[in-house]
Amino acid sequence: MSADTYPPQSYFAAGYGPRAWFLTTDHKRVAWLYLVALTAFFFIGGAMAVVMRLELATPQGDVLTADVYNRMFSIHGIIMVWFFLVPSIPATLGNFLLPLMLGAKDLAFPRLNLASWYVFAFGSLFTLFAVIAGGVDTGWTFYTPLSSLYSDSYVSAAAFGVFIVGFSTIMTGINFIVSVHKLRAPGLTWFRLPIFVWTMYATALVMVLATPVLAASLILIVLERVFGIGVFNPELGGDPLLFQHLFWFYSHPAVYIMILPGMGVVSEILPCFARRPLFGYRAVALSSMAIAVFGFLVWGHHMFVSGQSAYAGVVFSFLSFLVAIPSAIKVFNWTLTLRKGHITFDTPMLYALGFLGLFTFGGLAGLFVASLAVDVHLHDTYFVVAHFHYIMVGGMVTAYMGGLHFWWPKMTGRMYSELWGRIAAVTTFIGFNLTFFPQYVLGYLGMPRRYHAYPAEFAFWHVLSSTGAVVLAIGYVMPFFYLGWSLLRGSAAPANPWRASGLEWQTASPPPQHNFARTPTVTEGPYAYPEPEDER
Amino acid sequence: MSWSIPFMPEQASNFAPGVDLLFYALLAFSFGLGLVLTFLVVRYSARYRAGSRADRSGRRARSLRLEIAWTAATVAIAFGLFAWGAVLFVDRNKAPADAIEIAAIGKQWMWKFRHPGGQREINELHVPVGQPVVVSLASQDVIHSFFVPAFRVKQDAVPGRTTRVWFTATKPGRYHLFCAEYCGTQHSGMRGQVIAMQPERYAAWLEARSGGEPLAAAGERLFRSLGCSGCHGAESRIPAPSLEGLYRRPVPLASRRTVIADEAYLRDSILQPQKHIVAGYGAVMPSYDELIDEDELQMIVAYIKSLAEDREP
Ligand code: HEC
Ligand SMILES: [Cu+2]
Ligand SMILES: [Cu+2]
Repeated sequence: MSADTYPPQSYFAAGYGPRAWFLTTDHKRVAWLYLVALTAFFFIGGAMAVVMRLELATPQGDVLTADVYNRMFSIHGIIMVWFFLVPSIPATLGNFLLPLMLGAKDLAFPRLNLASWYVFAFGSLFTLFAVIAGGVDTGWTFYTPLSSLYSDSYVSAAAFGVFIVGFSTIMTGINFIVSVHKLRAPGLTWFRLPIFVWTMYATALVMVLATPVLAASLILIVLERVFGIGVFNPELGGDPLLFQHLFWFYSHPAVYIMILPGMGVVSEILPCFARRPLFGYRAVALSSMAIAVFGFLVWGHHMFVSGQSAYAGVVFSFLSFLVAIPSAIKVFNWTLTLRKGHITFDTPMLYALGFLGLFTFGGLAGLFVASLAVDVHLHDTYFVVAHFHYIMVGGMVTAYMGGLHFWWPKMTGRMYSELWGRIAAVTTFIGFNLTFFPQYVLGYLGMPRRYHAYPAEFAFWHVLSSTGAVVLAIGYVMPFFYLGWSLLRGSAAPANPWRASGLEWQTASPPPQHNFARTPTVTEGPYAYPEPEDER
Repeated sequence: MSWSIPFMPEQASNFAPGVDLLFYALLAFSFGLGLVLTFLVVRYSARYRAGSRADRSGRRARSLRLEIAWTAATVAIAFGLFAWGAVLFVDRNKAPADAIEIAAIGKQWMWKFRHPGGQREINELHVPVGQPVVVSLASQDVIHSFFVPAFRVKQDAVPGRTTRVWFTATKPGRYHLFCAEYCGTQHSGMRGQVIAMQPERYAAWLEARSGGEPLAAAGERLFRSLGCSGCHGAESRIPAPSLEGLYRRPVPLASRRTVIADEAYLRDSILQPQKHIVAGYGAVMPSYDELIDEDELQMIVAYIKSLAEDREP
C-alpha cells in the first residue's frame, strides 16, 4: 500500500466528493462530519477563552466592555458545553468505533445518524447567528428571571438553537442504545463488551432521559419572554428557583454525559500501553451504570445558597458524597491496571495518564463543593470554575485528545509524528495546570466568577492563570497541524499499530466500507492482554 | 498595584474559623489521597516500564481484605467530612434571637441597606463587632447573591421571597461585599464593603446618621395610608383577622392546613392574599402586588413583625 492512496476497499474509497460526504450514512463518515464541526466549535470557544483570560490579566476592565465580556463567557459556555463537550466523544469516536467494537456493519439507524448531524448543524448555526446578531448575556445557565424578563440580548434565539441541538443528542442516544442491544456480534455478551461501549451505553441513557428536561426548561424561558406566561416570574405567581431545579436536573446528569465517555476512552488506552487487562473490569463497567443512575439525584447541590431548604441541602450533599464512590472505584482500578505491566509512554498513554491526574484532582475538589458549610463560601467563585474545568477539560478533553491519537491510525490509515504528539500532550498538561490551579486559590480567596473586573489583590493569581492559558492554547493548536500533516502526508498505518486487543483492531486501517470482511465471532472477554502469571 | 501573594482570605466572622478548619481537613484528605495515587502511578510507571527488569511474578490478583479495608476507610472519612459540613451548615440556619435586623435589597446593580433605626446606606454596610447581625435579603429584579468572603457567608437574594443570612463580625475592618450571582451587565461592579466597627463607634455612627424614620414606623404609616387598617384595625367593621402577635404564630387556614406566619407567609398574604385564606374569613383582601414596591413591602413586614415583639416572653 503506498502512502498516498487508500486501498480500494477502504471506506474512503467510496467517494471523495461532497455528495459522498454529505449524503453518507456510513457511521465512519458521519463521525468525520462531526469531527470537523466540533473542531471548529472547539477553536471558536477556545479563542473566546483566550480573549477572556487576556481581559482578566489586569484587574480593571480594559480590553472588553462589560457587555462584551458577559457575552463572551456566555457563548464560551454554550459552545463548549453543547456544541463541543456533550457531543465530543460520543459523536466522533463513539460514532466511528461503536459499530466496530460491536462487530457490526453500522449503527442500528444509519439515516437517523446522518439526520442527527444535520439537526446539530442547523441548531448550532442558529445559535451562532444569535451570537453574530448581538449575542446572549445570560451565561450558559440561563438563570431566570434574568434570562426570561431582564436580558435584552438574543436569549430566545440562543435557547432555541440549544433546544434544536438537544434533538440531535437524543437521536445519537437512541441509536447507541438500540445498537448495543441489537447489533452485538455472535458471542459478544454484555460482560465481554469493552468499557468504552459500556460508557457509551450509560451516556446514551442519560442523553435520552435528561435532554427532554432541558428542552422543556428552555421552551418555558422562550414562552415567558415572548408571551409573558408566569412560570418563573414571581410577580405572576411563578418561581425563579423552579428554573434552577429544572436546569440542574438536566445539567448535573449532563456533567456525566461530559465525563463518562472520557472514562471509557481511558479504560481502553491504559490496558493497551500497560499490556495488562483492565483491573476490576466488572466493577468499572457497573460503576459506569451507577454513575448514570445516581447522577440524576444530586442536582440540588448547585442550590445550597439559593434559598432552598437547609434540610434539602443536607440530603443533596449526602447524595453527592455518595456519587463520588463509583468514580473513586474507577480511579483505583485504573491505577492498579499499571501494576506489573510493561508500560510504554506513547502519546495516547501520556494523555491517559494526564487524565488520571487531572480527573482525580478535579474530583477531589468536588468533595469541597459538595460539603455544605464549605460550599457556602466557595459557591459561585473561581473554585467552582477550576473544579469543573478540571473535570471537563482536564478530564474529558484530555481523554478526547488521547482517544483521537489512539484511534487516529484506525480512522485515517495514517500515522502521526510521535515526537510532536508527546510534546503536545506534555504542553497541554503543563498549560492546563498553570491555567486552572491558580483558580482554586482565587476561589478560596473569594473571587466571584463571571467578573469582568476585580479587586487588585487577586491580580497575581489571575496573571498566572492567563499565562497558563497561552501555554494551553499552544498545546491545543499543535495537534491541529501535525494531525493535519499526517492526514496528507503521514506514513501508512498497519491494522493494529499498538498491538491492541479489541474488535476494531482486527480489521484494516482504515476499515473497509462495511467494517469487517465477515462478521466476527467473539470467544473471549475484552482486554485480552496477558496477566503476569501467563508470561512464564 | 499590590503584588503581595495572598493564600487565604481574612477570618473576620464567627463562622470563618469553623469553615476554614473543615476546609483544611478536606485539603488534607484530598492531598493525602491524591498524593498516594500520584505516588502509585509514578512508581508503577517507573518500575514497570517496558523492558525494566522488575519482578512481575506472582498473580496480580486482588487482596480482597486489603481492598475492602482501604475503600471502607476512604468512604468512612468522606462521610465524616460530609457530616461535619452538614452540622456547621444546619447550625448557621438559626439566627440568634437578639440579632440586629438589617433589611437589604439587591437591585441591578447595587445593594441598599436599612438599619432598624431607619438609617439607609448604599453599597456599604456598617455593623458592630461582637454582635449578631441578620441581613434579610430581597431583590427588586433578578437574583443577586450577598457574599462576604472574610465572613464565609453567602446567600442569594431572590425576587419574590425573603432570604436571611446572619453573622457576627469578630474583627474591625473593611471587607469586600460581592454580588456572587451573575445578574447582568454590571455584575462585577455590584461590589461594596462591610465595615465592622467597635460597638461604641457603631452606636456613634448610627447616632450621626439618625433622622431616617425607623423601618417599623414607616411601615405603620404605610399600613394606614394603604388602607390596611381599614380592615385590620381594631374598630373596623369588615371581618379581618387582627395582626397583633401574628408573627411566628401558627395560623389555621381555610384549607384545613396550619402554617407558621413567617416572613414568607406575610409577604404572600400581602402580595397574593388568595394563596392562603385564614380559616373563618372571606377572600376579600385585595392584592397589593401592583401597589407597593420591595422597599415598602419590607417596611410593612417590619411593622407587622413589631406587633408581635411586645408580646414575646
Ligand atoms: C378589604 C379588607 C382588607 C384590606 C384592605 C387588607 N386586608 Fe389583609 N386580610 C383581610 C382578610 C379578610 C383577611 C383574612 C382572609 C385571608 O387570609 O385572605 C386578611 C389577611 C391578612 C393577613 C394574614 C393574617 C393572618 O391572620 O394570617 C395579613 C398579614 C394581612 N391581611 C395583611 C394586610 C396588609 C399589610 C394590608 C394592607 C397593605 C391588608 N392586609 C389589607 C382583609 C383585608
Ligand atoms: Cu452537579
Ligand atoms: Cu450580580
